[in-house]
Amino acid sequence: MLTRDFESNTPPHSPTSVGWTKGQSVELFSAEQPFVLEAGGVLGPVTVEFETYGELSPEADNVVLITHPLSADAHVAGWDTEATQRGWDFRYRKPGWWDTVIGPGKAIDTRRFFVVCSNVLGSCYGTTGPASINPQTGKAYGLSFPIVTVGDWVRVQAALLDYLGIQKLYAVAGGSLGGQQALEWALAFPERVERCIVLAASPRLSATGLGFNAVGRHTIMTDPGFLGGNYYGAGPGPGNGLAAARMLAHITYLSDEAMHAKFGRRLRGKSKPDFSFDVEYEVESYLNYQGQTFVRRFDANSYLYITRAMDYYDAAEWGGGDLVKACSRIQAKMLFVSFSSDWLYPPEQVRSLALALAACGQPASYLDIDSRYGHDAFLVETEQVSRILRAFLNQEIAR
Amino acid sequence: MMDQRPACILSQLPADLLAKADDALADFACADLVQLVENERLAARQRRTRRPGTGQRWQDRLIVDAIPPNATVLDLGCGCGTLLGRLIREKSVRGQGVEIDFEAVVVCMENGIPVFQADLDHGLAGFPDGAVDVVILEETLQTLHHPTDVLTEVLRVGREAWISFPNFACWKVRLSLSLEGRMPVTEELPYHWYNTPNIHLLTLRDFRTWASESGVRIAEGYALVGDESRPLHLEQDNLLAEEVLLRIVPE
Repeated sequence: MLTRDFESNTPPHSPTSVGWTKGQSVELFSAEQPFVLEAGGVLGPVTVEFETYGELSPEADNVVLITHPLSADAHVAGWDTEATQRGWDFRYRKPGWWDTVIGPGKAIDTRRFFVVCSNVLGSCYGTTGPASINPQTGKAYGLSFPIVTVGDWVRVQAALLDYLGIQKLYAVAGGSLGGQQALEWALAFPERVERCIVLAASPRLSATGLGFNAVGRHTIMTDPGFLGGNYYGAGPGPGNGLAAARMLAHITYLSDEAMHAKFGRRLRGKSKPDFSFDVEYEVESYLNYQGQTFVRRFDANSYLYITRAMDYYDAAEWGGGDLVKACSRIQAKMLFVSFSSDWLYPPEQVRSLALALAACGQPASYLDIDSRYGHDAFLVETEQVSRILRAFLNQEIAR
Repeated sequence: MMDQRPACILSQLPADLLAKADDALADFACADLVQLVENERLAARQRRTRRPGTGQRWQDRLIVDAIPPNATVLDLGCGCGTLLGRLIREKSVRGQGVEIDFEAVVVCMENGIPVFQADLDHGLAGFPDGAVDVVILEETLQTLHHPTDVLTEVLRVGREAWISFPNFACWKVRLSLSLEGRMPVTEELPYHWYNTPNIHLLTLRDFRTWASESGVRIAEGYALVGDESRPLHLEQDNLLAEEVLLRIVPE
């Protein structure tokens, strides 16, 4: 453990790190009282992996729930003591995925807030998902796992909060698919959310976004190793398909400008091309690396389920297709943040949410951060995001 | 007795020019100008000794008094949210600010003021018709690329609007331009031609013309004259007012 080469500027011994962390797990629901999914399936019991940092106040009024994006997990801050035991080597050299804003003295200050983050239903980081064993059959679910939705995720999170004795959220915050979960919280449980922070997320995915997800799933499902989703313990699995899906997705997380700045047309370790189909350019090498590391840490079936949930999400459904009507349910103070070069959830789509609130007479805040980092900016523009989070979390509820 | 009054500045003008002249100059003599200059020098001396940096504009008190409790208010170009904060505290309004400057937006957030970061020149698309009771456009009109488009939007979204702008026909400005032959740099307009955010300069008279041509009525108004704000005198204030605050409604 002590020989870890910490990449972060807040290693566990740093005063602004939440330090060493350990995932917690709870079984919610049961075979008798299962969780009923929006699309019709049932699951019971459901295992939920979660982490918490900071101290829950006696009144349980200092809770900040973090909702995670597509490929992330409950390990949002600090350093996992069990990274290698649980086979999650990627956590060994890196702190949690949003460590930059969570910790003592950071924007989401764990000296003040009790921070909770749980892994979503259908994922592969401890919460029940397609790789889990179906108690009925004794085998992994594979594609027999029920279709999950963002609404399901939020209801499972609500059940977790019930279990933890938390009624109200001081705030819920998330980016990307996590931002849509945060929004869903404000819509589904208006009375339980005081503040809601939605970063780089829109009320629904555009046709372009649906297209990217479709291609990603196509590469997985047509990989010869996919075996109809029953690849657990049977062959190499759809690693190539999953890698390709990740490579494509990674492009959507960047921007043209970011790609140009990071790679340009630079060749990989040479001054002239080899005139072959091996890796020639830096950008190829980078994407290959991203694809390969992703395969080592993510389950292809989970990728299918989670991108499908992302496709289905449409906040306007709370208003029968009318976003303004949907937003009239909201009681939380809302903050929406877009990033200028994000083309997965473009600024005007994020802004449409803020306008929908304004249209039903609900004051809301909206900010566009000028950034060249594309969709990834919500994780990269730490300084600006921190300032905004801090400002929004410190304000009093005065309407 | 009337002939004891000094000759009007306009007395030597040919008839065609006289017809275009500002009404405010109809009875304005050189001596009046000298008096204005004298008064201003005195006032400036006093200002230097007692100008509190409250961050509040002269219009704020008037607007806070005028806006009914519990109204819905949209403050365009709300800056750090000083006025909106007062309206929320003192009048329990449901307030929403719009501001383009990132730093100002962050300050709004720290103060609990709901604010959109947006460029007003891109319009208020998305805000439904009659969405709010009152729209405020303080000291912003002259900085917009499409000021009249924004005004049209303002009166679409709000039932009425309070707008204020520097009056570029104020005697100080006229003096600077006509006597010195230079673009005016005053306390209210401390910019040079190359760094001013004010790109669409207008006068009270210009605005009145636009309003009458556009089906907009000036329901009431105030003028900043010297250090005092007072109800608007439409006839004189194109010459005297440094800034004006107007309540406008669709005709």
